[in-house]
Amino acid sequence: MSSYTKQIHRCFRCGYCKFPSDYAEYNCPSFSRFRFETYSTGGRLWLLWAWVKKEVEWSENLAKIMFSCVTCKNCVEHCPMKFKDDIVDWIVSARKDIIEKGAVLSSVRDFLNNIHKYGNPWGEARGKRAVWAEDVKRYKPGDEFLFYVGCVGSYDERGQRMARSFAELLEKADVSYGILGSEEECDGNEVYVLGEMGLFQELARKNTGKFKELNVKKVVTLSPHAYNVMKNKYPRYGTFEVFHYTEVLLKIIQEAKLKLSELNVEVTYHDPCFLGRYNNIYEVPRKILKNIPGIKLVEMDRNRENSFCCGGGSGNFVMDLLGGSEESPSRIRVKEAYETGAEILAVACPSCLTMFEDAVKNEGLEKELFVKDISELLKEVSK
Amino acid sequence: MDRVCERLARIVGENYVSNMKEELYIYSQDPGMMEPREPDYVVMPKTTVEVQKIVKLANEEKIPVIPVGGSLSLSGLVIPHKGGIVLDLKRMDKIIEVNERCRYVVIEAGVTTGRLKAYLEKHYPRLRFSIPDAPPSATVVGNIVIHGQGHLSQQYGFNSDMVTGLEVVLPTGEICKIGSCSVSPYWFSLAPLPDIAGLFLGWFGTTGIITKLGLRLYPRKKLRDIEVFIVEDPHLVPDVVYRVTHTEMAEDIFVNAQPYPPIFKDIIMMGICITGDSEEELEFKRRMIWNVLRTYIDSKEGGFMMTTPDVKRALLEMPITGTTRFADVMKGGGFEYCGPIIPVEKYPEAYKKLLELSSEYGVTYGNTCRVIGRGHCMMFAFGYPFNRADPDNMERTKKALHESNVASLDIGGVPWKPEVPAQKMIMARMDKNTLELMKRIKRFLDPNGIMNPGNWEG
Ligand SMILES: Cc1cc2nc3c(=O)[nH]c(=O)nc-3n(C[C@H](O)[C@H](O)[C@H](O)COP(=O)(O)OP(=O)(O)OC[C@H]3O[C@@H](n4cnc5c(N)ncnc54)[C@H](O)[C@@H]3O)c2cc1C
Ligand code: SF4
Ligand code: SF4
Repeated sequence: MSSYTKQIHRCFRCGYCKFPSDYAEYNCPSFSRFRFETYSTGGRLWLLWAWVKKEVEWSENLAKIMFSCVTCKNCVEHCPMKFKDDIVDWIVSARKDIIEKGAVLSSVRDFLNNIHKYGNPWGEARGKRAVWAEDVKRYKPGDEFLFYVGCVGSYDERGQRMARSFAELLEKADVSYGILGSEEECDGNEVYVLGEMGLFQELARKNTGKFKELNVKKVVTLSPHAYNVMKNKYPRYGTFEVFHYTEVLLKIIQEAKLKLSELNVEVTYHDPCFLGRYNNIYEVPRKILKNIPGIKLVEMDRNRENSFCCGGGSGNFVMDLLGGSEESPSRIRVKEAYETGAEILAVACPSCLTMFEDAVKNEGLEKELFVKDISELLKEVSK
Repeated sequence: MDRVCERLARIVGENYVSNMKEELYIYSQDPGMMEPREPDYVVMPKTTVEVQKIVKLANEEKIPVIPVGGSLSLSGLVIPHKGGIVLDLKRMDKIIEVNERCRYVVIEAGVTTGRLKAYLEKHYPRLRFSIPDAPPSATVVGNIVIHGQGHLSQQYGFNSDMVTGLEVVLPTGEICKIGSCSVSPYWFSLAPLPDIAGLFLGWFGTTGIITKLGLRLYPRKKLRDIEVFIVEDPHLVPDVVYRVTHTEMAEDIFVNAQPYPPIFKDIIMMGICITGDSEEELEFKRRMIWNVLRTYIDSKEGGFMMTTPDVKRALLEMPITGTTRFADVMKGGGFEYCGPIIPVEKYPEAYKKLLELSSEYGVTYGNTCRVIGRGHCMMFAFGYPFNRADPDNMERTKKALHESNVASLDIGGVPWKPEVPAQKMIMARMDKNTLELMKRIKRFLDPNGIMNPGNWEG
């Protein structure tokens, strides 16, 4: 077994990791949702250690506990111990062992199998990947950016609208770019955090192979998940620069390539985990919003490194192990956004977008709070 | 699902009850050293009425009920020594009322210290409570139940002295209010009624379940600072405490000693916190404190330590995270402390014993003390980090803890939040009539003996 087995007993189960830095609310999404100590970081680490010591056996319930961690890294941010940076890696390594033993939840197995067979977690046909984008340019060597759309942007209707907005903005700003279309593979971020390392390597090799073949120098991703995995895990497989789409949009604005009209509205912004806590990008999306004349940015109490995850990480934007309750993280979060008085909840991640869109409906807030991605907002004002 | 589980599910909803191995495993232990014992059920009520129904059910079924807050008292007080229903109260997390002018708050049992701190800072920045240095996931009620101490204890006594009212579910299921709230809509104080709150404080949940708590709040000054006075001779500590408490200028006073990093070995650090609404007020207090310690400075027996901004920031945190980090000293994920309440004059004796035990059992130590009241007593922690993955180290630490409990009693102290074996030691030395009174109270309140059994049993 991997090295986590030698370290995992160091968790004291003190619970600092349940909170944001002011301790006002529970900020571990799975603990907020289920409330048993087993679903807190400490509970999970203690159970893993118990499993290593053979004090508990593998079970469906244990699997649910392990896979309902959305790898949001709130615990990494707030654990006071020296080992804190390793916590999520321990959970991922343990999942790897679990998967190698073949003992996974059926929803996790389906998620991974679908990616393996069809290149996307829903089991949609590969050929459908680029149906939304028939009129979007395909990448050709020499284009500045390869626009990596990702699974949510390719298959989910809401994600597609987001992808289209971004593509249109690139067009408008005269940026040369192209997509891979049906040749795009799943980025593998979720596969990695779910612990399926064999499949992850295969996906990383395929994607980087394609990038090399097309001599891609810069990739811009719609999803912070893809951004994260390409920036931090792909370098082993190939060298290219990676940008999150908000970084590209900010540059476009700063170079005055878009003319922005006024939009008088209050907006609150939700930091996605894989952009914020994983890659320390907090200000770029805010700067874009502040550049739109008329927009008033109001912060939720839990912002930046204290952001409360939408509950979609670790494949949960599909598996939704944390769904089905008023205490589901996405529902808690849209209520928090609503309480700021903002009319728009701005996001920078297609998974957050779909999670919040559903949550707003479940909360009956669809006439009061509109979930929009930053490129959609920008598109509206750059007519 | 078995029958009891089904009945519990009908009370709280099936998402909030479990008899699955994983939950039973986690709730069988706390982060301290006591032997685990699994409960039969874990249940998470949301309201007082749900608690009441669970208690009635437990009486019918004759099953133990163990109230649980943050499980951070470390001495196994939430371990279901005889199985039964663990009642995790953290879903009862409403802050019901703050009466700003009367300076009190009414909260439910599951409100964490972290949450109350954040709430007051945001909504009532002129008010604060006596927060302990426990991790912020500890509950305020759990802290009161064990007679905890916090950052205002030097000024105002044990945190349990700050209770203004209780709502309690008795072991037989009646809901009972205690204090002014029993006759009035206000929760301002226990007086002038007969004081029956004591039936539930220090009893570790063996006499009932506190569902609501009224707690005193205090002025929160705009500024807070710390001066660290250091001495090498432990015999000076009681006098330094006496002099500083006489000034009535200090907020919190704590005493720390630890053998690492090596430059701190053999040095006793006394943190003296001050607060004020202006720099002028702080400076006045600082000067008063310096003045009473001047003779020690002149004789070079003691002196104020220069503190870097980082050190200052760490010492001024509330709660102080460094206290929790102690658990990682051995890279072993644990620490436990025997923290007797002792007369301040006994500090040198207790300190000597701590060093002896540390060397005898080959375990490292950390000593944190908090002055309670104006030197009326202090909590002295015989703290030992341990390594969960090293059974030999665990065994030696357990012995050191046991000996620390014995030593505490020998010097005239009383172990605080004692583990079951230490409770027995206390009861063995207790006045016989007092012990008998405790037993009678317990039998009267809890005829079926269902409440947190194993604790305070003679
Ligand atoms: C790093 C660290 C630092 C600490 N520092 C301090 C400190 O500075 N000051 C201090 O006082 N303590 C301190 N502690 C000890 C302890 O963590 C705190 O006192 C804490 O507030 C206890 O609350 P809890 O919710 O964890 O209680 P628990 O451990 O959950 O419960 C304590 C006892 O109360 C009973 N109980 C809980 N809730 C109820 C209820 N509603 N009704 C009836 N009985 C109930 C339980 O059955 C148990 O017997 C520290 C602990 C740690 C780990
Ligand atoms: S992960 Fe860190 S913060 Fe969380 S319980 Fe363990 S030691 Fe405490
Ligand atoms: S990564 Fe997020 S969900 Fe997982 S244990 Fe840490 S805080 Fe909880």
